[in-house]
Amino acid sequence: MSAIIMDSVTLRYGKESIIEELDWTVPEGKITVLIGGNGCGKSTLFRSAARLLKPSSGHVLLDNILLEKMSTKEAARKMAILPQSPAAPEGLTVLQLVKQGRYPHQTWLKQWSEDDEQAVQKALRATSMLELSGHPVDELSGGQRQRAWIAMTLAQNTDILLLDEPTTYLDMTHQIEILDLLFELNEQEGRTIVMVLHDLNLACRYAHHIVAVKDKTVYAEGAPEHIVDADLVKHVFGLDCLIDRDPLYGTPLCIPFGKGRRAVTG
Amino acid sequence: MKAFRPLHGAVSLLIDQRTVFKIISLFACLLIVFIASAALGDIKFSPVVAFQTIFGFGDPFQHMVVYSFRMPRILVALFAGAALAMAGAILQGLVRNPLASPDLIGMTAGGSAAVTAFLAIFSDKSNALTVSIGWLPLAAFIGAAVTALLVYMLAWKNGLSPIRLILIGIGLTAAMKAVTTMMMIIGPIYQASKANMWMTGSVNGSSWSDVLMIAPWTIISLVAVMMAGRHLNMQQFGDELAIGAGARVERQRIFFLVLATALVGGAVAFAGGIGFVGLMAPHIARRLVGSHAGGLIPATALIGAILVMLADLAGRTLFLPLEVPAGVFTAAIGAPYFIYLLFRTKG
Ligand SMILES: Nc1ncnc2c1ncn2[C@@H]1O[C@H](COP(=O)(O)OP(=O)(O)OP(=O)(O)O)[C@@H](O)[C@H]1O
Ligand SMILES: [Mg+2]
Repeated sequence: MSAIIMDSVTLRYGKESIIEELDWTVPEGKITVLIGGNGCGKSTLFRSAARLLKPSSGHVLLDNILLEKMSTKEAARKMAILPQSPAAPEGLTVLQLVKQGRYPHQTWLKQWSEDDEQAVQKALRATSMLELSGHPVDELSGGQRQRAWIAMTLAQNTDILLLDEPTTYLDMTHQIEILDLLFELNEQEGRTIVMVLHDLNLACRYAHHIVAVKDKTVYAEGAPEHIVDADLVKHVFGLDCLIDRDPLYGTPLCIPFGKGRRAVTG
Repeated sequence: MKAFRPLHGAVSLLIDQRTVFKIISLFACLLIVFIASAALGDIKFSPVVAFQTIFGFGDPFQHMVVYSFRMPRILVALFAGAALAMAGAILQGLVRNPLASPDLIGMTAGGSAAVTAFLAIFSDKSNALTVSIGWLPLAAFIGAAVTALLVYMLAWKNGLSPIRLILIGIGLTAAMKAVTTMMMIIGPIYQASKANMWMTGSVNGSSWSDVLMIAPWTIISLVAVMMAGRHLNMQQFGDELAIGAGARVERQRIFFLVLATALVGGAVAFAGGIGFVGLMAPHIARRLVGSHAGGLIPATALIGAILVMLADLAGRTLFLPLEVPAGVFTAAIGAPYFIYLLFRTKG
């Protein structure tokens, strides 16, 4: 089964094409991580899945249904999307923000059901944002804000989650906390998770499936152990590195070459 | 926060008690300003007498002063203020910029241009109007609506981009001001001063028939905005998030723009181009109750109403026997406020 299928998709801003004839299948119930250099089109791919950018050719399927044939509300009940740099209206509190994630589940009469309440509480707890729930979002630190946004995405309670760089701004503890949370959501509830990560080592640890984007299309995809090597890093990022094995997890570990200081020994 | 779920959860709502308290306080302020407006003027009553008279316990003279002279203009000020303020809140939500307002988008200027055109076109050689002055509000409304339509049409390019909307609005405002000036030059002198009064915004000369038109118009619009509140909330997040969360962004945006136009058209038609209310009121309200539509819209409406009522009260009491149009006072506070906002949003 596949959660999202992109079939020969071409994406353009005006005349300039960013993605050309890309084929990509997101496996259901797995964690997929997109990697690639700045400006290679990762966020653009997300925008097309988010119905914000129509492919100029090709098709996007969600749950094996053509995305353009689905109402946007229906799509929002299947898939939640966290954009790369979202902005909250002035003075909105964390709770009000997270509640907004319930939007696709609400109707005119049912503006706040028990389900809404529970989903919001669960999302706040999972992101440890309960104590901050009364705070205005624009007065939080970058990391706290990011967690509030993730809570909003979680409150949408969808089978598929798309997160564009969810760990940016987070300190190491919170990076691991958020990735662990997503990992658990995947393990325990079988949710499909697609995210962009810039930390290749964390990507290799958490992803079942890695997709490297380069030259307007998918350069390589597969399990990190199978595809991540010095050659791939050289091609995708233009960086020389040594690939070792993570001593704790056995997953690929990328040690980049560069300048810098050597440790003082002896 | 308190959830409200009657009928076994078939209907459910979430209510924030703190916001409710603030809105009730604003409503109390509105009542105080209302009573003060009824009591003060060239003839003064005590607040108690004004209060009694409002409820029908005054002597015939008091009754006449309050009911025939003051109440119509107070009520028109109240509803026009509320309408302009709500239109501002809607536009600021759509455009996601605290500087957006009906004045900036050209709606008020369009209404004023139509009024001067009406006065110039329908006057004969002896400066008398050839048609009933009763058509003037309709002209103002059409002017606001046509300008709004022009702005939307010119700004439309594969959807409605908020920034284009503002830029084109600024351009059309300038064009409408040019039309206004031209009409004032072409038209008879006496009409020019009348037109000028209208453009500044005044509720002098409002009648009960005006109240009976602007009141339902504003109240129906208020209910419509409140009912669509959660969509307005989503609009404030911008397209990327709103579409991702399942909002039909374009359709809702058109709905809100039509609503804002209706509100401005109504206000301009009966009170003229009272400026800066649509800018200030939503901003103050946002400070007070936040950006959530459920609290923002009623708070904005109340603050807008209070501002214009106060401006009218000041206009007809401070410089007696002279009467200054309400719009002069809203502009006197509004212009510095606008500059302050400009400075604040620069960073
Ligand atoms: N709205 C837009 N209009 C025109 N071009 C755009 C737009 N958004 C992005 N681009 C261009 O498309 C290309 C891909 O951008 P995209 O945001 O998808 O990159 P990315 O892979 O997400 O990069 P990053 O890692 O920096 O987030 C870039 O060259 C960018 O300049
Ligand atoms: Mg990106």
